[in-house]
Amino acid sequence: MNKPLRRIAIFCGLLVLALLIRDNWLQYVRADELNSHKNNRRVLIERYSAERGNIIVDGKPITGSVKTDDTDFVYKRTYTNGPMWAPVTGYASQAFDANQIEKLEDGILTGNDDRLFFDRTMGMFTGKEKRGGNVVTTLSGAAQKAAFEGLGDKKGAVAAIDPQTGKILALASTPSYDPATFAGNSNKDTKAWVGLDKKNNPDDPMLNRALRQTYPPGSTFKVVTAAAALEHRQVTDIDAATETPLPWIMPGTTTPLRNEGNIPCENATLRTALRVSCNTVFGKLGADLGKDKMLETAKKFGFNQEQFIPVRADASVFPEELNASQTALSSIGQFDTRTTPLQMAMVTAAIANDGKLMKPYMIDRLESPSVDVLDKNEPEELSRPLSQENAQKLQSMMETVVNEGTGQKARIPNVTVGGKTGTAQHGENNSKNPYAWFISYAKADNGSPVAVAVVVEDSNASRDDISGGGLAAPIAKSVMKAVLDSKK
Amino acid sequence: MSVVTNTTTIGAIEAPSRRNTELALLAFAVAIPVFAYLNVGLALDGKVPTGMLGYGLGLGLLAGVAHLVVRKFARYADPLLLPLATLLNGLGLVLIWRLDQSPRLIRLAELSFGVFSPSATKQLMYSALGIALFAAVLMLLKDHRILQRYTYISMAVALFLLILPMFFPARNGAKIWVSIAGFNVQPGEFAKIIIAIFFSGYLMVKRDALALASRRFMGLYLPRGRDLGPILGIWALSILILVFETDLGTSLLFFGLFVVMLYVATERTSWIVFGLLMSVGGAVGVATFEPHVQARVNAWQDPFSCYATDGACQQIGDALLSFGSGGTLGTGLGQGNSDLIGFAANADFILTTVGEELGLAGTMAFLLLYGLIVERGVRTALAARDPFGKLLAIGLSSAFAIQVFVVAGGVMGLIPLTGMTMPFVAAGGSSVLANWALIGILIRISDTARRPAPAPAPSPDAEMTQVVRP
Repeated sequence: MNKPLRRIAIFCGLLVLALLIRDNWLQYVRADELNSHKNNRRVLIERYSAERGNIIVDGKPITGSVKTDDTDFVYKRTYTNGPMWAPVTGYASQAFDANQIEKLEDGILTGNDDRLFFDRTMGMFTGKEKRGGNVVTTLSGAAQKAAFEGLGDKKGAVAAIDPQTGKILALASTPSYDPATFAGNSNKDTKAWVGLDKKNNPDDPMLNRALRQTYPPGSTFKVVTAAAALEHRQVTDIDAATETPLPWIMPGTTTPLRNEGNIPCENATLRTALRVSCNTVFGKLGADLGKDKMLETAKKFGFNQEQFIPVRADASVFPEELNASQTALSSIGQFDTRTTPLQMAMVTAAIANDGKLMKPYMIDRLESPSVDVLDKNEPEELSRPLSQENAQKLQSMMETVVNEGTGQKARIPNVTVGGKTGTAQHGENNSKNPYAWFISYAKADNGSPVAVAVVVEDSNASRDDISGGGLAAPIAKSVMKAVLDSKK
Repeated sequence: MSVVTNTTTIGAIEAPSRRNTELALLAFAVAIPVFAYLNVGLALDGKVPTGMLGYGLGLGLLAGVAHLVVRKFARYADPLLLPLATLLNGLGLVLIWRLDQSPRLIRLAELSFGVFSPSATKQLMYSALGIALFAAVLMLLKDHRILQRYTYISMAVALFLLILPMFFPARNGAKIWVSIAGFNVQPGEFAKIIIAIFFSGYLMVKRDALALASRRFMGLYLPRGRDLGPILGIWALSILILVFETDLGTSLLFFGLFVVMLYVATERTSWIVFGLLMSVGGAVGVATFEPHVQARVNAWQDPFSCYATDGACQQIGDALLSFGSGGTLGTGLGQGNSDLIGFAANADFILTTVGEELGLAGTMAFLLLYGLIVERGVRTALAARDPFGKLLAIGLSSAFAIQVFVVAGGVMGLIPLTGMTMPFVAAGGSSVLANWALIGILIRISDTARRPAPAPAPSPDAEMTQVVRP
């Protein structure tokens, strides 16, 4: 009877071995995966177990942490002026996870990042409670306030960049939401969360329009076309007449390209064409350059790729497949050309910075709880869409727009401002209200400290009221002014 | 068969009883849970727990009594079984006490029952009763062969115990409970031992008939119809348990136990093939029709796909997350979140607390402790001199092994989850009592096996005819 006994012994051994192997598979091989699994409540418990670090603007925190009496979550996130800063911070909720900076820098904010290992170990010896580190942003409180209050109850977005470094100064989106309303995990939080959902709220307040919404850029895109024309030497003298007939029939069609109103566009100089915003001149320039050259310049400005600042921004689009008439339409920011407000701010910044496009970023540095710098972002050149000479020509043209053209509402006394208006039509037969655009930069003695892009998509305003010059320019002006004032 | 005993009978000196080894090991088996208790107290409250002295003395006293009983009534018993069982029981008490202090579980109990009652004190009482039962087994059962007389009574009792829960309401989807006067008993735990006694007695008598009188068919020895009857009966019973009590675990345990014992008794591989075919057929058949079993199987296949919608998926998903979060070394006792599994956290799912708080290292140690108990049991079976003792020892050890595999495998997602308790560790009186009785019987058999043999009386016993084989 001993032979089968030995075999049963082996069988029992195999049962135990199977359990041991399974255990190793679970607790060693799959440990990391399970530890950070989306259904693992411990991730959330851990996130709120210690006082969460803060997101800092101008040396002051715009977030906070309060103790709660919940069994699972010791702390809860609070926000100072939540709706204004929501496009920057994102949210951190006990019940609904987190996004944007709150999610991307979760390791630093919770204090669990490897770079904080030393702090944690020291804390263990000194008996100090674990704390999260801080995320210091590049944003300017004054610029953000100007942008958010300028947008007011209109639907729109603002992105402002420091052209010389790529630092993001303002990132506003309206209508916005207050992340504090659903930071907890009570029924009230759930109600607030559900109410903000796109399905229940047609305004989609949680959409970050500055980064995640692409709009037809309209006439503001003409500066990109102008840059392409200068770079590809289609135009060398911005004050020489172009050969543009009026009306101009788009190649391959019998349709004339229309201008808005009765403006002097026949054989207009490039400066004049930008000042009065001639569709014919820029449409023809784009068609003459061809889609490849247009695409090349657009890509150098950052089109057709996602930007990570480090929050992801949607890719703006300059179409890759175009015929001649479509190229003409795309070159005046119509047809399938679409951009995020951030992208237009980048275009403006590159021009204002003499042709050098700096990589946009919104996190200046990461700090440990004891305010040691863990990681610092340095300005980084992304590309050179145009030469210094051409950039200065374009600046001169954009300054004419503000001084004598459609962008006069952005004028600031004693400050050189360059800009461009845009009124993008959209909808079937342009039936919907157009988007009002304005892009601009201001100059100080040592180069340009701010470039800004504003878009307003207010469907309540009457069609006539909407124009880049009327709606968007004053917002751009107050943002620029806020930055200039804070530099003084 | 008597190879092992031959070596011990050589020489005039008395074979070592190994009782002092047992005592030394018991000291460790008491000290380790006391340290674990201290660890939990420090982690949860930051101070030495007030109950530590009482707990240490209590466990030490119980272990001491058990040791003295073994020293007196089973001198030559295996020295490892008692310390292993004491260690597991002691650690189980610590884990239950730790989960008693979980604010989550307290709140959950208050929400569902209106009141929270700690389980650790009850479990300590059951452990004392368990050790009393263990002592009673050793004192009253002077020779395990006495059990052989009760073969058919055992069958009747086992059937009664197995069928009984059908007449009581289901708890948590499984009918494995009997409620009498406020006490909830799981008869299946006791039936496990009693049915092993029946199988041993029955197979000892029938083994030759089953092994030899068979027809050869396609390379396999098929049994005769009349021998097949009881086997089909057991099979039908286990299927019935599965259908009417929706208790996958017990059903698997009984059928597995029977196949193992049948194989050991007859030495015919065909029985294993036959048994496996029947159990697979039965399991697949039932799984297709029984929604409760089906839900368990679905949950096992992909717990996270139905995590939010299905309770069964959530249970197993939570268990997996708990294990994963423990990692290699665990969070430390009292510092994990295994209590997130609100349901049966200190019973069926207690291994997840081991996994999360003691990590891979601790879980493997627990599994190896169980493995060691099985190993000592199998060794006892090998050493036993009589076929009944052999069959009973292997039956009890393999039942123990299968139970550990079914529970631990279920909780770790290796096999579909079934409602069974982790022997000695999980909270529950029936389980603790039954397993102490099981260890008692194993110790009794090992004592008989290791006792210096008196000159074997010549008897025309089947065993003796084998011994003279070269």
